[in-house]
Amino acid sequence: MRWRAEKHTPYLLLSPAILTILFVVAVPLVFSLYTSLTPYRLTKPDSINQFIGLRNYERLLDDTKFWWAFGRTILFLTIALNLEFLLGLGIALLINRITWGQRTLRTIMMFPMMFSPILVGFQFKFIFNDNIGILNNALQSLGLTDGAIPWLVERDLAMFSIIFAEVWMSTSVFAILLLAGLFAMPKDPLEAAKVDGCTPWQVFRHITLPFIMPFAYIAMTIRSLDVARAYDIVDVMTGGGPAGRTELLWTLIARVGYDNAKMGQANAMAYVSTILSILFTWYFFTKLVAARRYMGGAA
Amino acid sequence: MGNITLNKVVKAYGKLEVVHGIDLDIAHNEFVVLVGPSGCGKSTTLRMIAGLEDISGGEIHIANELVNDLPPRKRNISMVFQNYALYPHMSVRENLGFGLKIAKQPQNVIDQRVNEAAEILGLSSLMERTPAELSGGQRQRVAMGRAIVRHPEAFLFDEPLSNLDAKLRVQMRTEIKKLHQKVKTTVVYVTHDQVEAMTLADRIVVMKDGYIEQVGTPMEVFNHPVNTFVASFIGSPPMNLLPALIVSGAIWFDENTSIPVPSRLAPHVTEGQEVIFGLRPDDLTPEGHGIHDSGEGTFLELKIDLAELLGTETVLYTQIAGSEVQGKMFVPRDVTPGEVLKFRIALEKTHLFDAKTKKSVRIS
Ligand SMILES: Nc1ncnc2c1ncn2[C@@H]1O[C@H](COP(=O)(O)OP(=O)(O)O)[C@@H](O)[C@H]1O
Ligand SMILES: [Mg+2]
Repeated sequence: MRWRAEKHTPYLLLSPAILTILFVVAVPLVFSLYTSLTPYRLTKPDSINQFIGLRNYERLLDDTKFWWAFGRTILFLTIALNLEFLLGLGIALLINRITWGQRTLRTIMMFPMMFSPILVGFQFKFIFNDNIGILNNALQSLGLTDGAIPWLVERDLAMFSIIFAEVWMSTSVFAILLLAGLFAMPKDPLEAAKVDGCTPWQVFRHITLPFIMPFAYIAMTIRSLDVARAYDIVDVMTGGGPAGRTELLWTLIARVGYDNAKMGQANAMAYVSTILSILFTWYFFTKLVAARRYMGGAA
Repeated sequence: MGNITLNKVVKAYGKLEVVHGIDLDIAHNEFVVLVGPSGCGKSTTLRMIAGLEDISGGEIHIANELVNDLPPRKRNISMVFQNYALYPHMSVRENLGFGLKIAKQPQNVIDQRVNEAAEILGLSSLMERTPAELSGGQRQRVAMGRAIVRHPEAFLFDEPLSNLDAKLRVQMRTEIKKLHQKVKTTVVYVTHDQVEAMTLADRIVVMKDGYIEQVGTPMEVFNHPVNTFVASFIGSPPMNLLPALIVSGAIWFDENTSIPVPSRLAPHVTEGQEVIFGLRPDDLTPEGHGIHDSGEGTFLELKIDLAELLGTETVLYTQIAGSEVQGKMFVPRDVTPGEVLKFRIALEKTHLFDAKTKKSVRIS
């Protein structure tokens, strides 16, 4: 009898983990996948039993609202990540140069990451508010403009404002990771490059930058997942408006799923969006793996 | 013309001066080795020549041009670093060609020079690997290849072999020597290993505590050390240095032990002078087992404490007037500790230094 007990022990010990994964991940996943194949509406619970195959997905193909949100999300992601990378790189390079106060600055840099995105959204909603916002007040007091600039109402400005908030919140992720890269960088190749004829810019371009790119790809991998499912900042600042001009995938999905109660349709959108996230993450990850190949210990 | 001139060159880190106004003339195509114990300022001096450290005082000229304020890229020199300093993200080929690419050389020139350097250094089969995929010796070769493709005015080497194991070090030492014969260029080579210095140098510069102690060919430095530091630093096993007193034409180690003053040095000593007697182990040999058995000599009976067999020779540990000394037995026979042997001192090869100034009596 004993051999049987031993054979089952590992499974017994693993069962809490397996059960947790089953209920937290697997069941919702399967359930949501299934509902995306039904015309499930929260207001008509019975509709969950009606199987309609891929019709929700077919309907997505000519849903212009969805594809606008899809494209806008890609644009948002591209602009935000590039800005965060460039700003983070600049900050990291500056902090790497100074010889005192580094620790303090590094800690201060983490502050924006500590706030909940909802709070960041509210904070910028009030900064950018066209009547009572401090930005317009400041601009008017300085005499730089007469009227109130409709930061969150005009369609391009609204997108700009959201990107601004996102960049404010997350640039430090890039800065911190790139700074770690700069700290890990061996000094000798830099000197070798100087002797080899490089100007300071060429040293940066050909030696420093390739060395710290893997760190940038790590940041991009993490951030692309986050930004692709951006919801809270947008919802708080503009609610997807004006007239859907800042609607991103997940604000659209939430609207369809909860406001319009079309859960089946929303889940189909969510699955397509998830594939987008995975694609971005996979792209940066392959970049990371390729860049890391040479970092196998050659000093 | 790749000649390099250092004129009263000073380096200070804040208030701490580490190189104290050194003068040095390095001729075109000369192989000069800076040697000295670690921390004596060799690397600092080399890095000032390269332009990687600011010069605190004095002047450095490369190819007759004052370079004090030129950045490294304008000095037309190559440098090989102690830990290779290869570019980790580039292949061997890219590492070798990088300097030429930056100099905007046409691709066919780059290819030709890179292949030529790879040929000379035996790297041709490794061209597509990254530095992480190379052994220490191979990385060292790439570092040297990177230096030679650019045809610079001068090569600077900073302890290039000290990260290699003993066997590879000897092998690479020979290769560097051969390389210099093939690629005639000025070389400034830094090492703390006097054997490397002796084997590689056209001229040796012995440094200590930020000063130059002596400059000369390996034979000059070996045969005519100017002070006790150079005497003990160059040569292995090191020269025996024994305190002694000059009384009536003889060197007295204590009341009972004396040898005659070598005739070559007699004009340079005074009665009652306190001296340090310098004697290389090669010149203290049991009778019939020496390499300088003719010429001026004298004999001492000494008791053997210990014998170290090296094969072609045996190092003998003994004492002269209570001070431990090492001698050598060439064409050795078995020696047992406690045995008393008649030693011959090759007087014409010995040295005398003033006890106070530590300088050779020939120059003080
Ligand atoms: N950046 C620095 N700051 C202060 N002192 C230094 C610095 N670099 C080297 N030194 C000092 O200068 C002296 C010479 O150093 P170095 O030229 O590296 O010696 P070596 O190469 O002969 O071993 C040493 O005493 C070292 O401590
Ligand atoms: Mg050094």
